[in-house]
Parts: sequence; C-alpha cells; structure tokens
Amino acid sequence: MSGLSMESMYQEIILDHYKHPHHRVLLEDFDAEVHHVNPTCGDEVTLRVQVRDGAIAALGWQGEGCSISQASTSVMSDLVVGKDIASALALQELFLGLMQSKGSAHLGDEDADALEDAVAFEGVAKYPARVKCALLGWMAMKGAVAQTEGARP
Amino acid sequence: MTSSAFDVEAIRKDFPILTREVHGRPLVYLDSANTSHKPRAVLDAIEDFYAAHNSNVARAVHTLGSEATTLFEASRDKVAAFINAASREEIVFTKNSSEALNLIAYSISNATTTPGAERFRIGPGDEIVVTEMEHHSNLVPWQLLAQRTGATFRWLPIDDDGRLVESSIDEIINERTKIVSFVHQSNALGTVNPVARLVERAHAVGALVVLDASQSVPHMPVDVQALGIDLMAFTGHKMYGPTGVGVLWGRYDLLAEMPPFLAGGEMIETVDMAGTTYALPPHRFEAGTPMIAEAIGLGAAVDYLTAIGMDAVHDHEQALTAYALEAMATVPGLRIIGPDQPVDRGATISFALKGVHPHDVSQLLDEQGIAVRAGHHCARPVCVRYGIAATTRASFGIYTTTAEIDALVAGVARVSEVFA
Ligand SMILES: Cc1ncc(COP(=O)(O)O)c(C=O)c1O
Repeated sequence: MSGLSMESMYQEIILDHYKHPHHRVLLEDFDAEVHHVNPTCGDEVTLRVQVRDGAIAALGWQGEGCSISQASTSVMSDLVVGKDIASALALQELFLGLMQSKGSAHLGDEDADALEDAVAFEGVAKYPARVKCALLGWMAMKGAVAQTEGARP
Repeated sequence: MTSSAFDVEAIRKDFPILTREVHGRPLVYLDSANTSHKPRAVLDAIEDFYAAHNSNVARAVHTLGSEATTLFEASRDKVAAFINAASREEIVFTKNSSEALNLIAYSISNATTTPGAERFRIGPGDEIVVTEMEHHSNLVPWQLLAQRTGATFRWLPIDDDGRLVESSIDEIINERTKIVSFVHQSNALGTVNPVARLVERAHAVGALVVLDASQSVPHMPVDVQALGIDLMAFTGHKMYGPTGVGVLWGRYDLLAEMPPFLAGGEMIETVDMAGTTYALPPHRFEAGTPMIAEAIGLGAAVDYLTAIGMDAVHDHEQALTAYALEAMATVPGLRIIGPDQPVDRGATISFALKGVHPHDVSQLLDEQGIAVRAGHHCARPVCVRYGIAATTRASFGIYTTTAEIDALVAGVARVSEVFA
C-alpha cells in the first residue's frame, strides 16, 4: 500500500471504504433521520433508518468529511443492516469500547470476528483527536434507532 | 541561501527538540506559526531564574527579590528595544496576544464610566473595523466590545488571492470609525497587510489603530514608531520564547489615559476604602504577580533573535517562502489558499489537496515525521470565504531548511498517491 507501514492508521480497508462507500444513499422510505457533526474535522453525516420487526431493515446515509469518518460510517452500515436492534447496539458498544481504549485494547477472536472490517480502525484509538471521526456514523446509527424506539407505543 | 551571516545548521543546534524522532523519522517541524520551539538559551534563562534567583518582583527588599525584579525589568527593556518603543513604560506584559487584545477592548469599555478617559468612549453610531482574515483573538473581543457598547462591528473583505480589497478601505473606514484593528501577517493565509495605507486612512478619520503582530514580530523587523500605529499585541511563544507571556505595546500618552482592565496588587497608586487611584503604565495593566520566569525567558528569546538579526531572519524566511511556493506548485491537485507569489507574504502557507481532507493530510504527514497543522487556524471566516471546511498549513521559522520543504513536498505527493 504505497509504502505505508503496517502501523499506519490508514489501512487498505479504510481507504477502500472511503473511496467506495457502502449504503451511501438516502432512503426514501424511513422511520427516523438524524444529522450528526464532528467539530474536530467538520465531518457531517445525515443518516436514515428503516426498522421492521425489531431489526434494521435498511440504512442509508450521506456525508462529508475526513476519510476516517466516512469509511467508518460505511463499515458500520455493512455491519448493522439486517441485524436486530439489540445486536446492532451491542456492536456499537463493542466498537465504542475499542475506540476508547487509547490503543490498549486486545480484541478477543470472537469480538474481532463480530467487528469484521471495523477492526481496521483499531489504530485510530491511539489518536484521541480522531476517535470522534471514527465514532460519528456509529453514534448517528444509535441516535436514529433510539428515535424509532421512542416513536413506538 | 545560507550565507555566512545566517547559518541555519548552527541555529538548529541551539534547539534541543530538533534532534527528536517522530514515528522513527527525524522530526520535520513545520508548525511554527502555531508555536515555535525554544532555543537552549531560553530554557537556561528560565531554569537559572528558578534555580538561582526565584522571588516575587517589586515587593521584596531582600537580595533575591531585587535580583528577580532586575531580571524581570531587564526583559521589559529588551522587548522595548526590540520593537523600538519610545520608552520601556510602553511595554505591558500579558499572558499572550489574546489577553493583550482583550485588555484593550475591556479598557475601552471601562472608559464609559471612568473620568478622564473620555477619548476612549465608544457607543451607538460608532464603528469598530477589523478584517475578514483576523484570528479569532482579534475578532471576538471586538464583537463583544460592540455588543457591550452598542457600537457597530464591521470588517474589510478579502479577495480571491487572500489580500484586502483595496477599494473597500476608504468606504469601510470612515468618520464613524473609532477603532481599526488588524493583523500584520495573517496566520491563516500568510498575507502581510499594507500597514501604512491602513494607518493613514484610520488616522485621517481619527480612529485608533491596533495591530495584531503575533505573526510578524517573530519573522521580520518591527518598529512601532516607523509603523505609526497606536497599540500592538504579540505573543512570546511564537517568537521562540515560552508560553504564558505576551506583550501589549501602546503609545505612552494613550496608555496613560486608558482605564485598567484587571485589578489587584501592583496596579494601584493608593487604595482607600472610599476609592483607589491607579499606578502609571505599565504597572496599571499588570495586576497581581506576573509571569516572572516567562518574561525573563522572553527576554532571552529577544536576545537570541537580536544576535541573529531580524533582517537576516526575514531574508532567510523569504527565501524559504519563495522556494516552497515554487516547489508546492509542482504537486498535482495542490491549491495554495492565500497569495501564491512571494510578495507581501510570510512563511506560512495554507493549502488544499484535491480529494483529501486536511486532517488526513496532516495525519499521514505525521506518520512520516512531518508536523503541520490542519483546521481553520482560529480564523474560521477565512475558510468560509474560500468555501472550504479547513486547510492544511505549513509554517516555517529560523530553523527551517529547504531539505524540510523537500520532505513536505514529497510527503504531500505521497498522500495524494495513497488517496488516488
Ligand atoms: C494572528 C494571531 N493573532 C493572535 C493569536 C493568539 O495568540 P495567543 O494564542 O498566544 O494569544 C495568534 C496565535 O494563534 C495568531 O496567529
């Protein structure tokens, strides 16, 4: 990868998602919409979810900002679409823990498997200034899901 | 470029931090506009103060107290000589530029209720003028002053090249203008503003001129009398001195009529429960125990720069700027934000790289040992003006070499490759 070291924050997976983001389209038919910003880099994301039978049936987003925020939102979308809400939020917790570990987390095989491409962001945890970038999409997803739950009787 | 008079390699040896490595690479520090590094002489001066003379100033009669006072006041003399102030009493030590600018703005609002300070009063119908390229430290204090007094806050616009729009000067600065405050050299664009032109217009309409010299005093000879300005702010940590000390310079006749801002010990003449009279400048504006070690460190930084000579410093950095602008122009997708010719501009170069966010540029450069800054550089209106969220900024100092600029150019080209 262009001579970048293995320790580089910019793993190939991150660059791929940045250049070719997944689910980067705003749903027409949705149950909740949120808009989150990260003042550090001026990153923004607008995210919509559609919830059916307690699961995230569809999710789409539009955004602008640094590669970490955009790639992380793309990876998150892949992970949570089709999952029931409890599992999606559990993944969010897992990713949050990884990001807040200051780089000292040692992911078990099970957690690493569950996070799939999101493990590529492990290196970001060492850079406190960038952690918010990696969390942007995840926080937006959590906020959107919470809205749909609040809306239900 | 390195003439016998200016030996950048010798200068680099005076800065201990420059031997550091970052991510296994030699540090290439291109963030001096943010804060500069400190030469050994400054570190030694601070240590020597605490180790051998530590005491409070201006109040103790014992030996250490008088040594501390002598050292502290000697720094005031050095700073006064450095900017060619008419007298040492024109030098007020503050925490930094931001505090110096706030001091002026609060002193002016205190004038509203202070007898004898009538010439500083402003209110509804009066106007305060800044420029669109100000650092927030020379923008927000004036917005707040306008809010407190009912005066109108206005600004001189900038053009696509990062220069003031000349034709707006005579219109925006008019008979209603009471204060014109502007940056000498922009921290976001590198632009050096036409001080003489602005001073002439401001004085023609009877306005006070405040200069934010945070980014000029470290990089060029600054002579307050030749500039013809009224008040000026600068900050120690950008001129190879420590953090925690800055300077307000003001013409003595003005300082003598300005009401105090912060009150406390050392700023009084006599205190009575029925009322207090204030010390003469500079002490009127230095309430409480000052930043003694830091001021002494700043004095050492001034000695260091004086020994090199500010003309030599300026020549060195102008040569670097020309070299960098030419080299950076060869990088595909790189756009300079600010003047792209080495005329009336300093060694601070902001740029955008097509398709790559500035935070990614700076992070990837950091992985190569190169320190630059990304963001709005505390001058958000500048980014808004150019329709971008942020820029990447490389800024140079006395210890910067052309080899470091080569490293930057190669580093940025590498960033483009990674994101291609
Ligand atoms: C042009 C300009 N003005 C004011 C300041 C504020 O300096 P300080 O943070 O030391 O108060 C800076 C530094 O960031 C600056 O570049």
